[in-house]
Amino acid sequence: MKIVVLIKQVPDTAEERRLEPDTGRLDRDANEPVIDEITERALELALTVKDKDKSTEVVVLTMGPSEASKAIRKALSMGADSGIHVLDDALSGADLTITSAALAAALRNTDADLVIAGNESTDGRAGIVPAMIAEHLGYPLLGSLLSADITHGMVTGERQTEAGTQNVRAPFPAVLTVTEGFDEARFPNFKGIMGAKRKPVATLSASELGVGSTPRSSVLDLAERPARAAGRKIVDGGAAAAELVDFLTAQRLI
Amino acid sequence: MPNIVVLIELTHTGHVPASARGLLAVAARLGTPVAVTVSAGALDPVTIAVLGGLGAARIHAAQTEAAHTVLGTPMVDALADAVAAHAPSAVLAAASVDGREAAGRLAVRTGGGVLADVVDASLADGRIVTEHSVFGGSYTVHATVPDVLPIITVRSGAVDDQAPAATPEVTTVQLAPATGSQTTIDSYADAPENLSRPELRGAATVVSGGRGLGSEENFVLVEQLADALGAAVGASRAAVDAGFISQTAQVGQTGVSVSPQLYVALGISGAIQHRAGMQTAKTIVAINQDEDAPIFEIADLGIVGDVFTVVPQVIELLKNRS
Repeated sequence: MKIVVLIKQVPDTAEERRLEPDTGRLDRDANEPVIDEITERALELALTVKDKDKSTEVVVLTMGPSEASKAIRKALSMGADSGIHVLDDALSGADLTITSAALAAALRNTDADLVIAGNESTDGRAGIVPAMIAEHLGYPLLGSLLSADITHGMVTGERQTEAGTQNVRAPFPAVLTVTEGFDEARFPNFKGIMGAKRKPVATLSASELGVGSTPRSSVLDLAERPARAAGRKIVDGGAAAAELVDFLTAQRLI
Repeated sequence: MPNIVVLIELTHTGHVPASARGLLAVAARLGTPVAVTVSAGALDPVTIAVLGGLGAARIHAAQTEAAHTVLGTPMVDALADAVAAHAPSAVLAAASVDGREAAGRLAVRTGGGVLADVVDASLADGRIVTEHSVFGGSYTVHATVPDVLPIITVRSGAVDDQAPAATPEVTTVQLAPATGSQTTIDSYADAPENLSRPELRGAATVVSGGRGLGSEENFVLVEQLADALGAAVGASRAAVDAGFISQTAQVGQTGVSVSPQLYVALGISGAIQHRAGMQTAKTIVAINQDEDAPIFEIADLGIVGDVFTVVPQVIELLKNRS
């Protein structure tokens, strides 16, 4: 079985994240980039399949600047077999349309049985790219799964929706996305870190993939929201509850 | 007025989802709202009346036997059919699990552009401009799709007005069976509807609990204060990870983003990921034993104290008040 995992390098949510005021693009110097945790969970699912069946091949695919090669190396050190890096300055500032077209084009040549991604990235939070990829490839989509059982050419799983849960299934090849219900990623061990250096990483440009680089959507303007100021802080000496109720009354909140 | 196509995700039991009101309100601002539904049989007259009451001028009622047994594709097919029939100037869907997937797939099929997770949309100089709240409300960004069909997902609870009621003109269409490989829905387990408590998304008041509650049993205190305030219940990721409450209650970067009038944080330290999901609340109140907790940096009223002492007193005072 061949599994391709989509990983994404994002600004660390534990630090302040910034946009460039002129372009609306991510300010990549403001914050240490990391692999988005949800895509690490996607990789963990693929590696769990590989743990059970050693013949499983796990490939990680990402699109991003040269810095994103670090995310690929980390995934390789965790146990992925090889990486594909869609790398092209022309793709800088790509929107959902370009991103999904480029990733779908890269996937088309991989013969993947399964494409696994996170349900939504912590930066854009659109939750749309995997669906667009599924449509490009004509693969069934199993989005926002809480659990997945991957066997014999079939994925079954439980899916979270606004109304409750659904049990769904689809044959290979398919695209599935994981939620935070899935396990956290394993840590790379020393052997994995040493071995990662010898694993192959292919680099693909926009022209090699035959995709354009003109976005469909454009940012018109952006404004930074002023930081919230701290208000009144009181130490409870027995009267705090009454002060709180008075505050809520004065603010017409109750 | 141009048509605005709106995806209404009818549940398998035929319910109109809560997101329909805000979606139709935005659509009415941008043009004539055309609601798109997918059902296995004829559309229930009650559903037609509900959608009319929420402002649907037209209903594009797609029918297919696969409505609730094939995942996603019937919605995409219905939307594509509605786009061909009504030549809209935009398509709106909820930024829900189903809505965003349908929106993305429709964009690929129609060659449209996507504007995702918007908190507002308006017409400016004849074009549709969307507003986005980025990085947990740190930035407000305006965007547009200039040349092709804009396909817009709207964050649940972000829009709280309602369109004027209309008497919908209903067009029923039969969808051709989907071709190609599909995802099958084998069964549904509906979450019990909690009628006594508002939904977290869009709630005017939210009371959230964190690790400071200490246990699942103690977390009841959060629910008690929420009920005393008529509030929805939320939680920090630490509380969810500790198993105090289910993940659907998680407020923050990787959970639900809320912008209530009042946000009460109980035993929540205020990690940056949590703040990203609630810092756009109008008023923030925090109670925490640790006086250095970062939540106090953004709280309008911060109480350094024991939640197990202060909260029961607050509940008692609220009871006496009413």
